[in-house]
Amino acid sequence: MALRKVRNNLDRLFDKNLTDLIRGIRNNKENEAKYIAACMEEIKAELRQESSFVKANAVEKLAYLQMLGYDISWAAFNIIEVMASTRFNEKRIGYMAATQCFTTDNDALIMMTTNMIRKDLQSTNLYDVGTALSGLACFATPDLARDLVNDVVNLLSSSRVYVRKKAVLVLYKIFLKYPESLRPTFPRLKDKLEDPDPGVQSAAVNVICELARKNPRNYLFLEKMFFKLMNTSSNNWMLIKIIKLFGSLVPLEAKLGKKLLEPLTNLINSTSAMSLLYECINTVIAVLISISSEFPGDFTASIQLCVQKLGVLIEDSDQNLKYLGLLAMGRILQTHPKAVQAHKDIVLRCLDDKDESIRLRALDLLYGMVSRKNIMEIVKKLMEHVDLAEGSFYRDELLAKIIEICSHNNYQYINNFEWYISVLVEMTKVEGSKHGVKIAEQIQDVTVRVQSIRHFSVSQMALLVENAHLLLSGNAAQRNNVSEVLLAAAWICGEYSEHVRDVVGVLESMLRIKMSLVPGALLSIYIQTITKLYSVLLTKHEKENDWDAVESLDNLILSKLPEFEYTDHLEAQERACNLIQILKFIEKQHASRTKMGDAFAMLFEGELNPVAAKAQKRVPVPEGLDLDAYIYEPEPDSELSESESEPDVSFPTMTAQSPIYDASEPSYPSPKQSKKSKKAEQASQYVSTEESRRQRQLDIDSNPYYVKSDKKAPTATKKTSNVNSRGGMNRSESLLTAAAELQSPLEIPGVIGLDRYLKQQSSTMSWKTAKSEREKSKKGKRKGKKKRTQSSSDEGGDPVVVHHVNRDDGEMPEGAISTDEENEGKNGRPGLSDEFKALDMDLDMPLRADETLFVPQPYHRPEEVDLYTLPTSRPAQAVPTVQNGEKKVKKLKKKAKQPAEKPKKKTKPAVEKTEKPRKRIKSEKSVELNYTSISSTGKPSKEAAANAAELIVAEPATTSANGAVSHVSRLQSLGQNGDLSVFGKVDAVITSGPDETTEVKGVALIKFKNRGNDVLRRLELSVYETDRITLDTSAGVIDSTSIKLPFELTPKSINEHTLHLKFAAVDQSQKLKVTLMYCVEKADGIATEDQINFNLTIPAIRFLVYATIGATSYAFILANDDLACASEKAASTQPLKAVIDEITGASNFSVVEFHDSAVSLYAHSATDAPVCVLVKKLDAETYGVSVKCSDSELAKSVSNDLKDLVEAHEEAQNGQLS
Amino acid sequence: MIKAILVFNNHGKPRLLKFYTPYTEEEQQHIVRETFQLVSKRDDNVCNFLEGGTLIGGSDYKLIYRHYATLYFVFCVDSSESELGILDLIQVFVETLDRRFENVCELDLIFHVDQVHHILNELVMGGMVLETNMNEILLRIKEQDELEKRESGLAAAPARAVSAMKNMNIPQQFKELKLPDLPSFGNFKNPF
Repeated sequence: MALRKVRNNLDRLFDKNLTDLIRGIRNNKENEAKYIAACMEEIKAELRQESSFVKANAVEKLAYLQMLGYDISWAAFNIIEVMASTRFNEKRIGYMAATQCFTTDNDALIMMTTNMIRKDLQSTNLYDVGTALSGLACFATPDLARDLVNDVVNLLSSSRVYVRKKAVLVLYKIFLKYPESLRPTFPRLKDKLEDPDPGVQSAAVNVICELARKNPRNYLFLEKMFFKLMNTSSNNWMLIKIIKLFGSLVPLEAKLGKKLLEPLTNLINSTSAMSLLYECINTVIAVLISISSEFPGDFTASIQLCVQKLGVLIEDSDQNLKYLGLLAMGRILQTHPKAVQAHKDIVLRCLDDKDESIRLRALDLLYGMVSRKNIMEIVKKLMEHVDLAEGSFYRDELLAKIIEICSHNNYQYINNFEWYISVLVEMTKVEGSKHGVKIAEQIQDVTVRVQSIRHFSVSQMALLVENAHLLLSGNAAQRNNVSEVLLAAAWICGEYSEHVRDVVGVLESMLRIKMSLVPGALLSIYIQTITKLYSVLLTKHEKENDWDAVESLDNLILSKLPEFEYTDHLEAQERACNLIQILKFIEKQHASRTKMGDAFAMLFEGELNPVAAKAQKRVPVPEGLDLDAYIYEPEPDSELSESESEPDVSFPTMTAQSPIYDASEPSYPSPKQSKKSKKAEQASQYVSTEESRRQRQLDIDSNPYYVKSDKKAPTATKKTSNVNSRGGMNRSESLLTAAAELQSPLEIPGVIGLDRYLKQQSSTMSWKTAKSEREKSKKGKRKGKKKRTQSSSDEGGDPVVVHHVNRDDGEMPEGAISTDEENEGKNGRPGLSDEFKALDMDLDMPLRADETLFVPQPYHRPEEVDLYTLPTSRPAQAVPTVQNGEKKVKKLKKKAKQPAEKPKKKTKPAVEKTEKPRKRIKSEKSVELNYTSISSTGKPSKEAAANAAELIVAEPATTSANGAVSHVSRLQSLGQNGDLSVFGKVDAVITSGPDETTEVKGVALIKFKNRGNDVLRRLELSVYETDRITLDTSAGVIDSTSIKLPFELTPKSINEHTLHLKFAAVDQSQKLKVTLMYCVEKADGIATEDQINFNLTIPAIRFLVYATIGATSYAFILANDDLACASEKAASTQPLKAVIDEITGASNFSVVEFHDSAVSLYAHSATDAPVCVLVKKLDAETYGVSVKCSDSELAKSVSNDLKDLVEAHEEAQNGQLS
Repeated sequence: MIKAILVFNNHGKPRLLKFYTPYTEEEQQHIVRETFQLVSKRDDNVCNFLEGGTLIGGSDYKLIYRHYATLYFVFCVDSSESELGILDLIQVFVETLDRRFENVCELDLIFHVDQVHHILNELVMGGMVLETNMNEILLRIKEQDELEKRESGLAAAPARAVSAMKNMNIPQQFKELKLPDLPSFGNFKNPF
């Protein structure tokens, strides 16, 4: 044995340790992968070895390789092995590796660690506990959280600050994974806000702050407590957290904000810590935002203070402060834009900063700085930045911002739309931008909204379309953006074809498009545009009776269009086919010289108005309309089915959601109308009557909103109509001529870039005229807001362009009111993930009866009775409901009583039992220290039920009705006097000490309950150590005669303390004498000192260790004659199974064999010697217990303990029955 | 909450990775690369905050970093952390390393990554700030080291001797990672 050890030690010398591995990797830079692969093999071999040292070494290396990107999850089991090591060093390595690689994928494996982690949490070694808590914080799973929450909650009352602090923090992770634990545990967490140690306080604040950030409403009730903390604490970390917390509470409660203003202002003025100052400002801003709506008072002083302090930050040479200053400024901007404008110059200067982070923040502020006067200047500057920008991220951000500023509030700041179109065209050329869609949307939107710009816009767009081949010559990303813009350009050319100068040119260039280069969506828009332009040309030629031109036009399109039929984009293909069929039909008609132009043009008549984004949803269903009913029984569609369209408000884009036909029918924005239009189509094949024309004209005249008129008087428009396409080409055409030469691949002749536009403008237009134009456009805006009349579009050709901008939100269906309620409903809690939704619960409500933390996992064990205690001073709630479980056991729920309860009740030692079936896993050794279980018997008496609302205290051993069982590891009453009741229990923990000897340690949990009405302070324990039991000094206790407890007891409250014990001998039951000294502080201020003595009893049975054994080996052990033997008889009428369940539940015995009348049990003693027990049913009333083990003293003690246990169980059951 | 803590050198080689939300190894390496790209192109005298990359974070997250000699210390945090506070925390972290290793340099982090992990564990737990007092952290580390020494006892002596011998080869150059003074903005009057 010894030899083997030495050899192992020698072997280790030649193992590769972490340092060797790292060095090896560094020396093998050339073939690192190969070297690591070899190391992995070595590690795998090492993991197969038995020595825990070698394994730990291997795992340590794995953790390093994980950092380099190697998957080590295959070794999860080995990692768990190392975590289970008794050596701290190895354990720490195991936990470290686990935190690195355990994810929820290893769920099943992590489950295995439950008991191991629990053991570590209960360890007397400070750092075992610490390591386990840190680990748990990283890899907690819902199962782990559920199984270990009790243990963690127990640690909250640890005497050691280090443990308390970690336990508090880990609670947050547990809440996240197991939300049910939040409510039962929260009172304990809340108590920690008043912990004597500031570090623990801070941790509790941290956790509550995180919780409150996601569900602020539930934490409003803590407001007072945080106020107190804020005013008393000097810990800046904690103050920051508290102030952040207030920041998230304020939006819910404006009153709170009002109260906060003063203390925050004081802090702002007094603190020297910038971080604190900054957070204060942030919260003040939040306050101002929430307050300004509800209390319209004068808060300019606060705003001024914030802005002034932020100004200092922004001007600071420290870039970090500058950044934060800008960030906070952005928040003020939302509500108090004027206040920020004072710093306009600095902000504009920050746009030139070399630091991208700062430039981005300054960009955010821009919209507060922009006005009608300076927008052109600012955008020009931004465009310069676009050219200079290095990273695509910043460039995209810039482009987005330019669009955002310009389109802000429906183009509020823009006077000159020609300029804006030029900007957009310019932006199209920016390399690799991701904003093709946005640019396209803008171009379309502006063109639709601003009638007077259409001519200019169309001329530009026509040029873009004609030069598509140049634009598309860039790389793929660029092509994508250009395609988006082309899509808009083509659509505009089609929709406003009356403004296109060279219709044939545009048409031809579209037909010439290289189909392989562009996406299908663009092709389908192209086809649509081709149709529209064809219609225009056809009408024109037919009017002139120029049949040659008509024929060549038909030929042109019919020769080119079939190519489109072969595109793989379904929509484009379909449209191409449709169009070809129609054209063939038309061509046939043309052969007989029938004019088709007017009829064809009807497809595209009508005016397009901006429609509100929400309009589609708001279309009310007319009475009597059944949307699901067939309009007519389905039958094969006619060839004109293309006009069956879905109206939609969005512009055609390549993004998927745009409906298939939307672009094709922009002029038919309602289903009814499209139905009608279909009829119109068919009707127009025949003769269109003069009357219907007049009727339609009337409709349009009476209401400029074509859409609306339709809805107002749906019957009126039922008649077919036929109107000449409006407008025509009656606008003055030449506005701008283009320079012919090509300057760059993307420079298109004729396209007015921004630079050129500005140059041109400055030469043709003085600022004076610009000013008058602005005034005019202001008027125009007002006019536009009211109503835009149809006729206004015909006033083209003014020398000074006056832009009539339709700045409405857009049309809404009749009867629908434009409100924001939908948005509010949807965005009430933006981005709250499910994880946090689960934590949204009212924490101020008293706990319900079913809300307890329970240890799950049923096994073949009888349900036990729980005593659930909550050291809280909240009002007692109604009777916990009594549920009769199968075994008639009760769950005892203890509630703190309201201090102000009626005095007469207080004197009654009321005992209340409630029951709840409760199950535990066999291997779990009664670990609930806090939520302890006792065995309770008897149904709740009527009296007890009557006292249900009373404070419920478990005093099992004191009342005969309860017939409490003095179980090991179950809470026992230790003593009481007028002031206090003391309960306690002891758990033994067996560990191996540093020199490989076995050490037996124990944890004694003592609960103190204040029975009186006065506050008990200065609680102090003194323990009389014996030869056999001493206090564990490694647990942080220095003086066993004076252990000061870190709490005080308010009336009726309960708190607890753990003592860590060390046992020198464990072969018999032991007693430890303890005295508690305390000071009673009466309400009138008089304090008296008193004390209570009690004994902690630790039966020998507690020191047994769980172990299992096979029947054969068991027989082999029993065959050994050297074993000491002891027997006892116990009187009990209970069935054998119940007795055995009782024994295994209360001790660490495992069942070896189960016969009808006898059961053999097995466990290890603290020194790892076997302990065998045979429980035999002798007759109906007697059980025989015989114990065999190496130590006669132990055998005797164990048999005695078992006898007591069995008899107590009997008594308990009887008590319950009676 | 702190989402991740990354330490890598001027070439983007990871020296310490700690993720408080699960990522696969592949994602982790991507994050390191992306973060390195973002951070390394920044001058030394620009601000220490960075809008998060695409892989880690989102709009609520920020990268807060400091650059010391050959190493970048990057913390990815959400808006519940104070920006300046985290900057101080990084400083505490590095100073603790400096005290623990006596003039810390990149090599210390390379060869004692386990110890760096242990120190970080005392500083941050599961993404939340645990302790900011350097002396307290050092005390905890010292006690744990002693515990480790005590329990290995004589048994591990030969192994320790061997590893000590092996360690002698580690070149002693680069032994000077100069720590700048605490910057002016972080001067918490009452540091924790």
